[in-house]
Amino acid sequence: MSKKKKEDLKKMFSNSEWNSETIIEADKVVSKIAEDYLGLKTYPNQFEIVTSEQMLDAYSLVGLPVSYNHWKFGKDFVINKNNYKKGRMGLAYELVINSNPCISYNMEDNTTCLMLLVLAHAAYGHNHFFKNNYLFKQWTHADAIVDYMIFARDYINKCEEKHGYEAVENVLDACHAIMNYGVDKYKKPSKISPSEERDRLKKKIEDERILANDLWRTLPKNKEDKLKKKRYPSQPEENILYFIEKNSPKLKEWQKEIVRIVRKVSQYFYPQGQTKVINEGCATFSHYEIINKMYDEGYLSDGFMTEFLHNHSNVIFQPGFDSKYFSGINPYTLGFNIFVDLKRMSLNPTEEDKIWFPEIAGNKDWASTFRYIVDNFKDETFVLQYLSPKVIRDMRLFELSDKSTELKYTVTSIHDEYGYQSVRESLSQHYNRATYIPDIQVFDVDVYGDRTLTLNYTSIDEKNINEKDLEVVLYNISYLWGFPVRLVEGGKLEKEIKKPINTKGL
Amino acid sequence: MGINIIDKRNNPKGKSSKNRHKLLKRISDKIKKAIPNIVKDNDVKDLTSSKKGVKIPIKGIGEPQFSYDQKSGNKKRVYPGNKEYGAGDRIRKPNDGEGKGGSKGSNDPSVSEDEFVINISREEFLEYFFDDLELPDMVKKHLNTIVNFKQKRAGFSNQGTPNRLNVVKSFKNSLSRKMATSIFFDKKIKDLEKKLKNEALSEEEVDVVKKEIDKLKKMKLSISFMEEVDLQYNNFEKQPVPVTSAVMFCIMDVSGSMGEKEKDIAKRFFMLLYMFLTKQYENIELVFIRHHTAAKEVDEEEFFNSRETGGTIVLPALELMNNIIDERYSGWNVYTSQISDGDVWSQDDSSACKEVLENEILEKIQYMIYVEIPRGYSESGDLWADYKNLSNSRENFAVGQIREVSQIWDVFKDFFKKKAE
Repeated sequence: MSKKKKEDLKKMFSNSEWNSETIIEADKVVSKIAEDYLGLKTYPNQFEIVTSEQMLDAYSLVGLPVSYNHWKFGKDFVINKNNYKKGRMGLAYELVINSNPCISYNMEDNTTCLMLLVLAHAAYGHNHFFKNNYLFKQWTHADAIVDYMIFARDYINKCEEKHGYEAVENVLDACHAIMNYGVDKYKKPSKISPSEERDRLKKKIEDERILANDLWRTLPKNKEDKLKKKRYPSQPEENILYFIEKNSPKLKEWQKEIVRIVRKVSQYFYPQGQTKVINEGCATFSHYEIINKMYDEGYLSDGFMTEFLHNHSNVIFQPGFDSKYFSGINPYTLGFNIFVDLKRMSLNPTEEDKIWFPEIAGNKDWASTFRYIVDNFKDETFVLQYLSPKVIRDMRLFELSDKSTELKYTVTSIHDEYGYQSVRESLSQHYNRATYIPDIQVFDVDVYGDRTLTLNYTSIDEKNINEKDLEVVLYNISYLWGFPVRLVEGGKLEKEIKKPINTKGL
Repeated sequence: MGINIIDKRNNPKGKSSKNRHKLLKRISDKIKKAIPNIVKDNDVKDLTSSKKGVKIPIKGIGEPQFSYDQKSGNKKRVYPGNKEYGAGDRIRKPNDGEGKGGSKGSNDPSVSEDEFVINISREEFLEYFFDDLELPDMVKKHLNTIVNFKQKRAGFSNQGTPNRLNVVKSFKNSLSRKMATSIFFDKKIKDLEKKLKNEALSEEEVDVVKKEIDKLKKMKLSISFMEEVDLQYNNFEKQPVPVTSAVMFCIMDVSGSMGEKEKDIAKRFFMLLYMFLTKQYENIELVFIRHHTAAKEVDEEEFFNSRETGGTIVLPALELMNNIIDERYSGWNVYTSQISDGDVWSQDDSSACKEVLENEILEKIQYMIYVEIPRGYSESGDLWADYKNLSNSRENFAVGQIREVSQIWDVFKDFFKKKAE
């Protein structure tokens, strides 16, 4: 590129007002650095400029451009809008969704500097993550999500016309109560295109008349059979919505389809919940590297960099545990710090690094190391393997033991030689899904009796289930199941946490 | 491949409006559904007298989830920003897990909402309440009007009766008038005195001037202390305000024949009447009298909730009320509503009741309503016949029958139509 052209661009990027030409020119530079310098591989970008209200719309649908209608989204919208209006909440500079093309929403009042930052951050950093991380590759279909959501919206609209909005809302409410349990963690769903989806549906409706559910057809042949009855399901089922969709004796076809839609959406968001640290780390590290490289190559002025560094440090601000601003560990900070440290040890390793990370220390190829990690890990494993002693020291991380039986916390490990391993393992457990979503699975159905559905809770860290919502949630499940639902603990049918909750069902 | 920039700013607004509409619909449905429970679970007075409005808990816009009990368990958590702790240190737990270093992060998914509580004003509540009963709009307006007036200070006037004379204001006026008038004399006196001093005057002339001065001084003294024009009276205007105090007697038959359904109707009816009265009176005292064969004054809780059996004699209740009025509420605005299933022990009782009402009670009270909740298809009894008879001849006595909750409003409306005429 000619020196003159670079000077022109520098001038353009220094102007805090931008237009579409600014973004097109910036994208040319950013994409080249992303590809050549970091080796990022991305979906094509759809870069949308939105107003704050449109950003709030996007918030309430968690970024999806389309969704079925439900009061829950209205509630989120109203709450966010009120918080925003009263200045209690700022809006993100961007919001990006996992789709192909990769859609990012960018606030109209971003300065040129912020636009370049979010371009590098979302349109390249997150975009690469969505396209290459194993969880996203395995679980979500970036090509199909928008079409699927259009199908879902239309289908639910049709159901409302046919069965009344209340009937539809009841099913959706019940499904939302156990949306977290609409996820397969290990099985891989078969890929299905929207047109196949429609064909499958037609066939299903066709089958409806002749459908007899295998589960309920199994009548005991004689008394002996009944005595040695097997548990159903033979293996516990973690995907409660899936189990209900396939086995509920009372759900009609359209209701099953709604259950299916909710669990599909839940499955789509499943990888995002498990990759906050590594995904934000990837995007933050990318924007930091790309913008600095642009500066090194002479595209950016010193003034631009001052503004950039100011914004960047806001993004990775981590208040200490005793600050009034503290609200947990900032995933941007943690992810970014880990990647920066990996780059450092790749280029300038210390003796400590050689012991802890023999394969990375001094390998010089930090960009491939970065990509390898980004593509193959989720938060839990990322922290477990790559949280380095230096990052633990820099962030002054320490581990606290909190036993419900004791009046005091105990500091069990700090940022020293004896504590690194323990802090790292403990922090990685923060990102284990079971740490924040109780492990509850379908355990048994009383096939020969009153069809009670038994769910089993497996406790970790001796934690109990919150009693408060328990009954309502079980009620919701029994609404879908059509028969009583109860909850037991520890895989013992007799160890009841909650007695059977019944509803008249649908 | 180049970037695809889409400027969405000019797209139509209100993408979330459908979802918002669904939320609003849900809320108003829930309020309507919650109202029968509120009527059942709340005190008549609490519900309707609170100036702050009515709190309605709405189940169903929270989003229940399975979650952990945050207080339980044996957990290990990692925090940033250690300053002074070493391994093995013990730290006191903050109360309820809040405060410094609290155990909840903002992205803790287990933080879930309780049931929402919506605060609506009393007027809004009435809307919903009457909506339930299909209250015609016209009558709601009637409920909202204020009928009584109160005298209120409204500045001063130069006309009025002596008892409203404002002494301070009048005296101030007189002072200023006196000062203003005396300046005229003072000035003249001064001029003359100057003349005496400065000008060479003959003896004669001096005398004339001195006389003149004396005359002026006398005139100055003769300025009257108070004149008609000084007088100021306190001025009053009529302002519409609710009449301040009234007492409402609720008399209910609690003999064995009054079931839950009858009590529900009774409660709703009392509430309606109470609300109607609170529109016009600032303070309303409630007196609850229950009776079977004997009458007793009770509190609201007992009135609606406890159950007794036995036959029915009405007279003791009326007599008890009569005594209470004499003892505690003479001169008050008294409203009475009596609810019964119409079953009485004997005809003697009902004619005795009629007599007490006619000769004693109706003279003392503003208005009395008798509501009968007949059981099944039974014929109207003696009490009905006597009361009906009486209501034809007395302006401030009305009777009505309610069989179903849905009829409450119609009957209620009839009562007050009659009064308005």
